[in-house]
Amino acid sequence: MIVDFDRVELADVSRHFGRRRAVTRVSLAATRGDILGLLGPNGAGKSTLIGLLATLVAATSGSIRYGDRTAAAAGPDIRRGIGLLAHELHLYPELTARQNLDFFARLYGLDARAAVPAALESAGLADRADDDVSAFSRGMRQRLALERSLMHQPRLVLLDEPFTGLDDRAVTLVTDRLRRIAAAGAIVIVATHDLDLADGLVTRMAVVRDGRLIADEPSGAGLRNRYRTLVTGGGGAARA
Amino acid sequence: MRKLFLPLTIVTAALFAYAPIAIANAPYESTMLLIQKIFYFHVPAWIAMYSALFVCGIASAIYLFKGRVEADRVAVAAGEIAVLFGLIGLVTGPLWGRKAWGVWWQWDARLTTALLLELILIAYLMVRKYGGPGSEKLAAGVALFGMVDSVFVYKSVDWWRTVHPKTSVVTSLGETAPAMMPAFALCAVAFVLLMTLLLMLRVKLAQQQATLNDMYLADEE
Amino acid sequence: MVFLRTALLVLRKDVAIEVRSREILYTTLFFAVSCVLIFSFAFVREGAPPQEAAADVAAGILWIAVAFSGTLALGRTFERERYGETLKALLLAPAPRPAIYVGKLLGMVLLMTVAELVLVPMVALLFQAALFARPLLVSALLFAGTVGFAAVGTLFAAMLIRARTRDVMLPILLYPITIPVIIAGVRGTSALLTVPPDEAMATMWLGVLTSFDVVFVTLALWTFEPLMTE
Repeated sequence: MIVDFDRVELADVSRHFGRRRAVTRVSLAATRGDILGLLGPNGAGKSTLIGLLATLVAATSGSIRYGDRTAAAAGPDIRRGIGLLAHELHLYPELTARQNLDFFARLYGLDARAAVPAALESAGLADRADDDVSAFSRGMRQRLALERSLMHQPRLVLLDEPFTGLDDRAVTLVTDRLRRIAAAGAIVIVATHDLDLADGLVTRMAVVRDGRLIADEPSGAGLRNRYRTLVTGGGGAARA
Repeated sequence: MRKLFLPLTIVTAALFAYAPIAIANAPYESTMLLIQKIFYFHVPAWIAMYSALFVCGIASAIYLFKGRVEADRVAVAAGEIAVLFGLIGLVTGPLWGRKAWGVWWQWDARLTTALLLELILIAYLMVRKYGGPGSEKLAAGVALFGMVDSVFVYKSVDWWRTVHPKTSVVTSLGETAPAMMPAFALCAVAFVLLMTLLLMLRVKLAQQQATLNDMYLADEE
Repeated sequence: MVFLRTALLVLRKDVAIEVRSREILYTTLFFAVSCVLIFSFAFVREGAPPQEAAADVAAGILWIAVAFSGTLALGRTFERERYGETLKALLLAPAPRPAIYVGKLLGMVLLMTVAELVLVPMVALLFQAALFARPLLVSALLFAGTVGFAAVGTLFAAMLIRARTRDVMLPILLYPITIPVIIAGVRGTSALLTVPPDEAMATMWLGVLTSFDVVFVTLALWTFEPLMTE
C-alpha cells in the first residue's frame, strides 16, 4: 500500500532525554514544493527534529502527521515516502558503491537493475562504481549517500548537513538536484548551519535555538542578517 | 493507594512482631532441629523476590509496549526490591546449609536458580545505571526477558540437579510438614506485605523524582 | 513475503561484507580455538581429562567455547552496524523491522555454525570424545543451542548499540539469561558422550532447547521494534 501525503506537520512536539530538553514544543509544517531550511547553532536540536521526522525518534509529547496520519497509524509503509541523508551517511565501507546502492534498492523494493545505474550517474560516480566506499573521499561518499536516499523517490526528503565536504561544483550539483526534486513535488527539509548555502536554496527558514523554534518565515533578502539577529539577539522568549 | 499505606504498615508490623512467637511454637523438624527454623524467613524471602520479579517483568512489558512511564517507575522499584529480598534469601540459604549439612554451597537447585535470577536482576539495575540515555527501555527488555527466562532457568537447573541424582549431602531445602503451615503462612504473608510496602515507598520516591524533573523542564520553558 | 525477502537481503549483505574481509570469521575461529586450548590446560592432567568426568569436560569445553566466541562475534557484528550508523538506515526502510532482526539472527547462526564445524572435530580429537557417535543428535543440540543463544544475543547486542558501555554490558546481560541453553547443551552433549550414549536424556534436553528457541525468538520479534526506537 503506497502511503502518500502532501504535507508534513509537527504539532507542539517535544522530546527530552531525562532532564535535557532536546526539542521544546515545536510546531512546523511543510508542503510539496517547499525547501524548508532548519537553521540554528550546533546543539540547537536540528538533528533531533530530523530524527523525529524520520520516525527514528519518538516524541515525548505532541504529534507528527504525514498528511492526516501519524507514523504509527500509517505503519511501515510511511517509510517508503521518507528519505534521509544524515551526517553519519549510512554506507557500508566494506562494500563497493554499486553494492551499497544495490542493497538499499532491493531493501526498498526497487528494480535494482534500473535504479542503481541511474543513481550512480546522478552521483557522478559511474566510473568508480566498483570501488570500495572506504576508498572514497568524504565528498564522494556524501554524493553517494545523497543518491541512496533519493533512489526510492521519497515524498519527504530530510537532509542533515548535506553540504559537508563538498567542493563548489558538487554543491552546485546538489542544490540543483534539490531544487528539481522540490519542483517535482517533494517536501525538502534541510538542516544546516551553512547560511550562505541555505540562502541560495531554501524557500522558507525555520530558526531553532536551544530546542525552541524562534522563527518561521519565508527566506529572501537578508537571510543572514535576520538569522544573526534572531540567534544572538532577543529571540529568547519569542516563539513562532 | 496512599490510604492503604498506614493500615498495611500496622498489619505488617504486627505480623512481624508475632512471627518469632509463631516460629518458636512451631514443631521442630526431625533432622535439623533448631536451625531449620531459618526456613520461616528464608522461603518467604524467595516468595517476595519472585513476586517482585514478576511485578518488574510485567511492568516492564507495559512500559515497553504502552509507553506508560508510571509502569517504568514500578518496574525499577520492583527490580530493586527483588534484589534486596534475593540477597536475604542468598545469605540465609548458605547459613542454613552450613549449619545443617556442613557446606556453604552445594548447588541446590533452588538456591542456584535464585542466584541466577539475582544476577539477571542486578544486570537489569546495571543497564539502568550504566546504559546511557534511553536505558530505561533497554532495561525493560532485560526485565521482560528475565521474567520469561526464570521459568526456563528453574526447570533446567532443577533437571540438571535431579535427573542424575548424585550421592551428595542433601536434595533440597524445606519440606513443609502440616503443623508448620500456620507459622509459615504467617511469615509468607508478612514478607509479601513488607515487599508491597517497600514497593509503594519506592514508587513514591520515583514519582517525586519525576515530578522534580518535570519542574526543571517546565522552568526552562 | 516482504518479511522473508528483507531478512534474506540483510543476511546476503552481511555475508557479502564478511566474504570481503573475513575479519569476524577469522577472529572468531581463532578465539574459539584459543578458548578450547585454555580450558584444556585447566582440565587435562597427565595427558587426559579426569576419566569419570571426561564426557562432561569435553561437552563443557565445547559449549563454553561456543558461548564465548559467539559473544565476541556478536559484539563485532554490531560494531560494524554502529560504524556508519547503518542500523538506522535499515530501520528506516519500509520493511517490517523484525525482519532486520531475523536477517541478523540468521547471519549470527551461520557464523556460529561455521565456528562449531571447527570446534567439534577439535574437541573430539583433543579429548577423544565420541562426538560423531550420534552425529544427528549432536548436530541438533548444537543447532538448537546456537539458535537460542543467538536469538537472545542478537536482540541484546542490537539493543546495546546506543549504550556507551556496550562491550561489557553484553556478557553481563547475555550469560545469566542463556544459562538454560548452556545447561541443556552441555548435559545433552555429555549424555551422548557416555558409553553407551544416553539418547533419551539427550532428546529430553533437545526438547528444552527447542522450547527455549521458540519462546525467545517470538519474544524477540515482539520486542525488537519498541526496543529499537529511541
